[in-house]
Amino acid sequence: MQPDISIQNLSKVYSGGFQALKSINLDIQHGEIFALLGPNGAGKTTLISIICGIVNPTSGRVLASGHDIVTEYRAAREAIGLVPQELNTDAFETVWDTVAFSRGLFGKGPDNAHLEKVLRDLSLWDKRHNRIMALSGGMKRRVMIAKALSHEPRILFLDEPTAGVDVELRRDMWTMVRKLRQSGVTIILTTHYIEEAEEMADRIGVIRHGEIILVEEKHQLMAKLGKKELRLHLQSPLDNIPGALSLEPLALSDDGHELIYTFDSQQEQAGIARLLRQLGDEGIEFRDLQTRESSLEDIFVGLVHETSGASR
Amino acid sequence: MNFHGIRAIYKFEMARMWRTLMQSIASPVISTSLYFVVFGSAIGSRMGAIDGISYGAFIIPGLLMLSLLMQSISNASFGIYMPKFSGTIYEVLSAPVSYLEVVIGYVGAAATKSVILGFVILITARLFVPYSVLHPVWMVSFLVLTSITFSLFGFIIGIWADGFEKLQIVPLMIVTPLTFLGGTFYSIDMLPPIWQTITLFNPVVYLISGFRWAFYGISDIHVGISVAMILLFLTGCMAAIWWIFKTGYRLRS
Repeated sequence: MQPDISIQNLSKVYSGGFQALKSINLDIQHGEIFALLGPNGAGKTTLISIICGIVNPTSGRVLASGHDIVTEYRAAREAIGLVPQELNTDAFETVWDTVAFSRGLFGKGPDNAHLEKVLRDLSLWDKRHNRIMALSGGMKRRVMIAKALSHEPRILFLDEPTAGVDVELRRDMWTMVRKLRQSGVTIILTTHYIEEAEEMADRIGVIRHGEIILVEEKHQLMAKLGKKELRLHLQSPLDNIPGALSLEPLALSDDGHELIYTFDSQQEQAGIARLLRQLGDEGIEFRDLQTRESSLEDIFVGLVHETSGASR
Repeated sequence: MNFHGIRAIYKFEMARMWRTLMQSIASPVISTSLYFVVFGSAIGSRMGAIDGISYGAFIIPGLLMLSLLMQSISNASFGIYMPKFSGTIYEVLSAPVSYLEVVIGYVGAAATKSVILGFVILITARLFVPYSVLHPVWMVSFLVLTSITFSLFGFIIGIWADGFEKLQIVPLMIVTPLTFLGGTFYSIDMLPPIWQTITLFNPVVYLISGFRWAFYGISDIHVGISVAMILLFLTGCMAAIWWIFKTGYRLRS
């Protein structure tokens, strides 16, 4: 099956000479949730803006739903819904009017039943006659999502959808995104909250300085780059790691009360059993133990630091 | 053609007019009425007729033209500047609409408002001054063509402007003086010969002269030249807009 979004050698140089994107190649399959992670200024929004038609590409090509975004822009853009990062809304229009406007703008005839469903799903139905300026920030964010969904897009871009929204709304949005995916919508989101990508995404792409430095299935990424940690709280503190254990990837906490064993999460658990046996042989007793898996955040921070070091 | 898209933009813009009725209709009507009261009734009664037309009636085409130019420019420039200012322009840029459809939506709505305003002013003028229209079809054609042309011009200003000040500069600093000096209050014959020549460089002269011909059958310049000038200006504006969208000037980086 052809990908929903296919980006080929896409570059962008702004008129000031700043190169925001460097020959990006990326395919996004139908029905997946793809999270694009990257530090501020990495090029996430530029990439999305080009695909959606707001910024002109310098070179390269993008297909959306199989249509070239430049030569077949109508077909390409009809397939796309965009929720931009900034809260850019009208002020004096009512919620209903602005959502109906969006649907028309994207070439669809009026469909009150669909708009009602969208507004109800986003808990906006009661506010449909309110002017947008009278809504809270979270509600405005919902309005922007409703606008993006008004024309039944096949592909939805969410540029930092949960920046500055409260926990409840964030949970609501996650639920909504999952429902959308079930209904067959492809979702591309950028986020600063790595927790969000970890929670939602099927695949993760990391962008840095305008380059995609990694694209991987979330589970594979976490398995491949994830580390596990076993912490042992000792009965009595140690001054140093006993010689018999010196070959193991062990660290001792500063106060000597904790032994920290780091291992690859893909590695078999045999390492732990061996370690515990050895501790028994050495007569080291422990009160408690805990294991912790590194989060996507740790992986991300590690990745961005590692490559920034490598490129220097 | 994305007709739903055109309709959405047009409806949105017209809704804005009904919301701001005081500003878009009432205020130009009041200011034009003041001209009629002062120049038409009060001073006009002491002035002689020009080319057999009473002074009050003589100034109607020029005053109407002044309102049309100002309101067309201000409606259209505001209509496209506001989404740029508030950031909602992202939606129009990301929508499956061609630039032609965007222009038809925004400029069509602005021109519609101007035409409505033109008729409201004509009716209001009747309350102060008796007049008749000799060539009604030509009068309406001039009204519509001028509204469209200057709405296009306003659209260009709205895209060019990067602050509220710039929105006001062109109407106030250029269009108002050109209209006042373009024969609204006098016939060009009344000027000294040297000024008669200089005034021909003022494009508004052609608009007012042609418009007055449609009302009363008298004109400073042959009506054919007036029509040609409007069409020339219309073409110029369309070319500028074509260039704006082709290059993405101040819209797409």
